[in-house]
Amino acid sequence: MWGILGRRAVDGGFSASSLRRMRSGLVSARSYAAGSKEMTVRDALNSAIDEEMSADPKVFVMGEEVGQYQGAYKISKGLLEKYGPERVYDTPITEAGFTGIGVGAAYAGLKPVVEFMTFNFSMQAIDHIINSAAKSNYMSAGQINVPIVFRGPNGAAAGVGAQHSQCYAAWYASVPGLKVLAPYSAEDARGLLKAAIRDPDPVVFLENELLYGESFPISEEALDSSFCLPIGKAKIEREGKDVTITTFSKMVGFALKAAEKLAEEGISAEVINLRSIRPLDRATINASVRKTSRLVTVEEGFPQHGVCAEICASVVEESFSYLDAPVERIAGADVPMPYAANLERLALPQVEDIVRAAKRACFRSK
Amino acid sequence: MATSFSATLPLHGSQENRLLLPPIRLAPPPSSFLGSTRSLTIPSSRRLYHAHASRRSPVVGVQEVVKEKKVTNSLLITKEEGLVLYEDMILGRSFEDMCAQMYYRGKMFGFVHLYNGQEAVSTGFIKLLTQSDSVVSTYRDHVHALSKGVSARAVMSELFGKVTGCCRGQGGSMHMFSKEHNMLGGFAFIGEGIPVATGAAFTSKYKREVLKQDCDDVTVAFFGDGTCNNGQFYECLNMAALYKLPIIFVVENNLWAIGMSHLRSTSDPEIWKKGPAFGMPGVHVDGMDVLKVREVAKEAVTRARRGEGPTLVECETYRFRGHSLADPDELRDAAEKAKYAARDPITALKKYLVENKLANEGELKTIEKKIDELVEEAVEFADASPQPGRSQLLENVFADPKGFGIGPDGRYRCEDPKFTEGTAQV
Repeated sequence: MWGILGRRAVDGGFSASSLRRMRSGLVSARSYAAGSKEMTVRDALNSAIDEEMSADPKVFVMGEEVGQYQGAYKISKGLLEKYGPERVYDTPITEAGFTGIGVGAAYAGLKPVVEFMTFNFSMQAIDHIINSAAKSNYMSAGQINVPIVFRGPNGAAAGVGAQHSQCYAAWYASVPGLKVLAPYSAEDARGLLKAAIRDPDPVVFLENELLYGESFPISEEALDSSFCLPIGKAKIEREGKDVTITTFSKMVGFALKAAEKLAEEGISAEVINLRSIRPLDRATINASVRKTSRLVTVEEGFPQHGVCAEICASVVEESFSYLDAPVERIAGADVPMPYAANLERLALPQVEDIVRAAKRACFRSK
Repeated sequence: MATSFSATLPLHGSQENRLLLPPIRLAPPPSSFLGSTRSLTIPSSRRLYHAHASRRSPVVGVQEVVKEKKVTNSLLITKEEGLVLYEDMILGRSFEDMCAQMYYRGKMFGFVHLYNGQEAVSTGFIKLLTQSDSVVSTYRDHVHALSKGVSARAVMSELFGKVTGCCRGQGGSMHMFSKEHNMLGGFAFIGEGIPVATGAAFTSKYKREVLKQDCDDVTVAFFGDGTCNNGQFYECLNMAALYKLPIIFVVENNLWAIGMSHLRSTSDPEIWKKGPAFGMPGVHVDGMDVLKVREVAKEAVTRARRGEGPTLVECETYRFRGHSLADPDELRDAAEKAKYAARDPITALKKYLVENKLANEGELKTIEKKIDELVEEAVEFADASPQPGRSQLLENVFADPKGFGIGPDGRYRCEDPKFTEGTAQV
């Protein structure tokens, strides 16, 4: 069920060291498994959209610079040439307008994939995402469903300043009627985006700009054109028994690095990649916490009312008697993102912060 | 881009629509701040603006084309059409009056926005549409839903919050949705429906061009004068003209946005002029005259069906009641209200039908009685209907029941028994 990557993690063999090698751009771990391929997240997303567009003529792409420019981050590269301008629309800079058009098209039966150049710009269209898309199935008592996907990069990039760096996971995940997904690896990206496009409900698909260029190993299974991952199921990236670290998107990479550092000190950390922020996989998180008795939850966004806050509340409500230490929450600093590189580094969680939090959680009690 | 709309025989006689005007008191130019409403004489100042506008703008408003004509033998409607229009307008009026009564008796609650006085716009446009054409409206949507074909029972039950309502009581007054009749809402935020309507029109074009289906459905978007200052309106005018979408943007200009006069809030109050700026025809029509509206609508709908693109139609109309049932309606001048009450579209159509021997008083009375009974029966039905069950609270949040998405075999994942056992292949 987890693909080759997950199975290897269970065996304890492959994941940690090979991931580290790949991340530093050195020789990739081709030696352990013959024929295992690698794919960047960008290619994974591109192939997912491409396959879904060729499978269903009702799927179309709409957004700024998705066509002739090949995509602001090259995610929609080649789609205009392949499918033509009737299916890949370069829109004017009118987020509210084109998001609403996408929602209206979804009302009438098409399956739009609306790209926001970054999710910060979705704030100009948030009325349509929430009021016309998320709430419609409920308001119309099931008559009108909205099979739309809103995708784009979310969260901090490098040095882009306060207005381009906010993480919107908590905002969208608090709305009933939306599904919110946050992929990490290439397999996540492919599987979740295909699931999102096929899904009959509005899906907010939060990517991360800094992950676009990263390569991940990808299984044959994931390359199949009917591969998709379930929405609402988290993935245990690394099994452990001392502390549970839950996170999503780019922070999964940091958490895995932190887990290695902790392993060197004798703490075995279990890293959960949430994949789906709404519906949140409370079952997996709680089962893990009941096993390890300690929780460290990590996210990049603002701390107050964040995803971590929800996870902490969920764990305290459901697994209180299993906890051996207070729940730890690592989030971005409670400030708009500064520009200076060193301040930006301070404003975001780093591997050391996760390691420190995990140690705090582990040493509070014997 | 200018389209000449055909001359129509005015319902109200010539004095409202003549181009040559007797000397009138000069109203202040549109750009100056207009303070107290009492100093506004809205009808005459608007006529002045139109007189000026017609000499400058290339787009021809219907008023300019209307000349005093001898009454010809060709009438605008047949008897059947006339009776259909009359019945629809009477239904709209009776229904809204009944809503007011029910609200004050506590059967209806929340925000209720009534459409009295504007029936000509709804009937004029929607009675030309087929079932597969779409209508998108604002919160003042009861009569749009009724004209589009949603039954009075379903709308009344929805307003009472009962399970037999068109949205099972989950939408309410401002959110009338009907997939069967392609009534795509019912939106509370002004301007929200315009992009959604543009999207529905987009789908129609997409179905024709990409999916190669035989589709000439049009979409009609209804919204008010206040909305015309909202950014989304302009964004959609641009994109609709850019992509040549089969949509008609209908502005129900009733001159007031709650208590904000259109003239106080808009730099150039002539909304129809904004169409040509984006490359589509802009037409102004007397929205208190259902026959004129219908003529303009025919042209606009035919244009859209032929693939020639969008049209912006500004209907000058008036709401006889306040913005909502909670609005004390103190800012509007009594003289203005009386002036428009004298132009009641239902009275005007009745007069037209009788004078042109299309129907006699008896037939019209029969229709009125039939509608009264229909509306009363709708109230009884709504009263007798049960409230939604408790389990309905959590239903319909997602189209796919538990929200886990669709598996590779195309079925809902959560329905696969192996999924819940945790052994399903993903």
